[in-house]
Amino acid sequence: MDVQYWTYLIVGLTFALYIGIAIWAKASTTGEFYIAGKGVPALANGMATAADWMSAASFLGMAGIISFAGYDGSVYLMGWTGGYVLLALLLAPYLRKFGHFTVPDFVGDRYYSKTARVVALFCAIFISFTYVCGQMRGVGIVFSKFLDVSIFWGVIIGMAIVFFYAVLGGMKGITYTQVAQYCVLIFAFMVPAIFISIQLTGNPIPQLGFGDTAVGSEGVYLLDKLDGLSQDLGFAKYTERQGSKLDLFAITLALMVGTAGLPHVIIRFYTVKKVSAARVSAFWALLFIAILYTTAPAVAVFARTNLLETIPEKAYSEVPGWFKKWENADLIAWIDKNKDGKIQYVAGKSFEGKPDYAVTQNDAGDTIPLRGTNDERLLKNKPTEGANELFVDRDIMVLANPEIANLPNWVIALVAAGGLAAALSTAAGLLLVISTSVAHDFVKKTINPGMSDKSELIVARMAAAIAVLIAGYFGLHPPGFVAEVVAFAFGLAAASFFPAIIMGIFSKRMNREGAITGMIVGITFTTAYIIYFQFINKADSNPDHWWFGISPKGIGAVGMLLNFIVSFAVSAVTPKPPQDVVDMIENIRQPEDEDEELEVSDH
Amino acid sequence: MSEKSQDNSNGSSAYWKANLKWVGILLSIWFIVSYGCGILFVDQLDKIRLGGFGLGFWFAQQGSIYVFVILIAIYVKVMNRLDKKYSVKKKD
Repeated sequence: MDVQYWTYLIVGLTFALYIGIAIWAKASTTGEFYIAGKGVPALANGMATAADWMSAASFLGMAGIISFAGYDGSVYLMGWTGGYVLLALLLAPYLRKFGHFTVPDFVGDRYYSKTARVVALFCAIFISFTYVCGQMRGVGIVFSKFLDVSIFWGVIIGMAIVFFYAVLGGMKGITYTQVAQYCVLIFAFMVPAIFISIQLTGNPIPQLGFGDTAVGSEGVYLLDKLDGLSQDLGFAKYTERQGSKLDLFAITLALMVGTAGLPHVIIRFYTVKKVSAARVSAFWALLFIAILYTTAPAVAVFARTNLLETIPEKAYSEVPGWFKKWENADLIAWIDKNKDGKIQYVAGKSFEGKPDYAVTQNDAGDTIPLRGTNDERLLKNKPTEGANELFVDRDIMVLANPEIANLPNWVIALVAAGGLAAALSTAAGLLLVISTSVAHDFVKKTINPGMSDKSELIVARMAAAIAVLIAGYFGLHPPGFVAEVVAFAFGLAAASFFPAIIMGIFSKRMNREGAITGMIVGITFTTAYIIYFQFINKADSNPDHWWFGISPKGIGAVGMLLNFIVSFAVSAVTPKPPQDVVDMIENIRQPEDEDEELEVSDH
Repeated sequence: MSEKSQDNSNGSSAYWKANLKWVGILLSIWFIVSYGCGILFVDQLDKIRLGGFGLGFWFAQQGSIYVFVILIAIYVKVMNRLDKKYSVKKKD
């Protein structure tokens, strides 16, 4: 069977599974819709959290970015897993003990203020939408490249599926679907990694394989071989640090703190019965995440080695099938600068900007690509002076990896299903945060407190439906690289929620005025810095112009510090929080009674 | 009311202190393996080899993640023990 059939088969089966689960787990109360009635076992919650949190960026984007960044890509690995430790130790147990639905709920009650609730609400929705953009791009890529449907229909199908189980099932439907999606995505990630690890190193465990000796090179370690290959082509050594330590430090910190502050991850800890279960599910979640995260750097090394061994100096007429396939999918571009018909791949850009393919119209009026003397697609971009002729989009490394390594067709199809599982599970989690924030925190708590449970459920479903449509728009008009867009969402979460929640738990003195000004200053500063360097003045976005050499990706760490400083300064000169709030803090710091099962406190 | 919360804070402040102590210890290790071994001292550690890996590179891309998982496992164990020790049994 060819790849196409396998892909339809496997993707079709997994989608049928997700829909089946959604019907089985239909939510009938707001409690079930928002937090699955608190009846989710810790192990299942851990798996669901892992799927929720491992997005298209983790699955499709991360290994690709590491593959091109080498050691510097470690910031994503440490950042996204280290944040989990903060979440498990500093946030999850206390938020669970607090027992409300959402982060804005906690912020609103802890800082006894509707304003604080609305500010937190605004941050939650803003962050969630930024993050959803990245997922939709992932869904679009997989559908259009694997299933031969246009990006438009790809996104529509994806939206229909998410719509079905998020709007119908709410948190309960999403949770059990995510358990299934975790299984699909981890299987899809591991199978090709193990195959390729055996091919390249003879070691079936990828985590050990990329530190092992390369097959057929008489005791030379794979990483040393890759360093050598890279240097021969003028690239930096793969394992050597390129960025400044301060910037790497700041990016890692922003990612870690951002992970801990992401509303769709935090909300998961409300779905278990007890505080002790919240702690255990944080452990399971990180364990399940670690399986993928320790494999990704191995995949990155394998993919890079294969690419550098196959492509440079190869005649275009002899390139393997995957090269032309991804070229036709707009993700690989080649300009034959020296007219020798061979692909020169060395350090440096081959042309300015993203590939802009030249097209023409045939007799029937269809738009077809213009092709050069070697049958390669021609570009409108201006070539650079440098010798490099090749552009490879980082996002394809995971998707193309099985083809580059000549793995069987069903493995290629499996990767497509895994990418979709990763993107859909995260998108669903985010959409739920958006709908919960709107229905519960905004409509019920701010506008119409007397609303019945039934009408709140209707509002929540409507909000989810509208959010799906907006997310669909972003899928059709995607901004930038998947992982980079997502990295900004982390910066924003780091600069807004994290300090407010931490101080809410660990400081009895922190008051309304301090927390609100802190959040506003943090998120405004971070957004302004990112918008300035990413959109207004992109030309200046380099270490010479960045503040202290900190890139827009790492600026969330500075925003967080500012948030802390402003909060403490303002709270020192404004009144203490009232006694009932101090009692509430005292209460969440106490151990849980052994057989106590916390109830959702406002129902 | 104030008397009752006084009572509570005596028992619970010991619990809270023990909690903070453990969180402090675990987060110090968290900082050392990631920011320390993975970033600040990576160049020095890379001179030590672990198979094909430089040690700093290994910490940045593998070791820190394994340690994170272990840290949470320890936290779960410790907190369960502390919960048992300090929890107020209503039925007594």
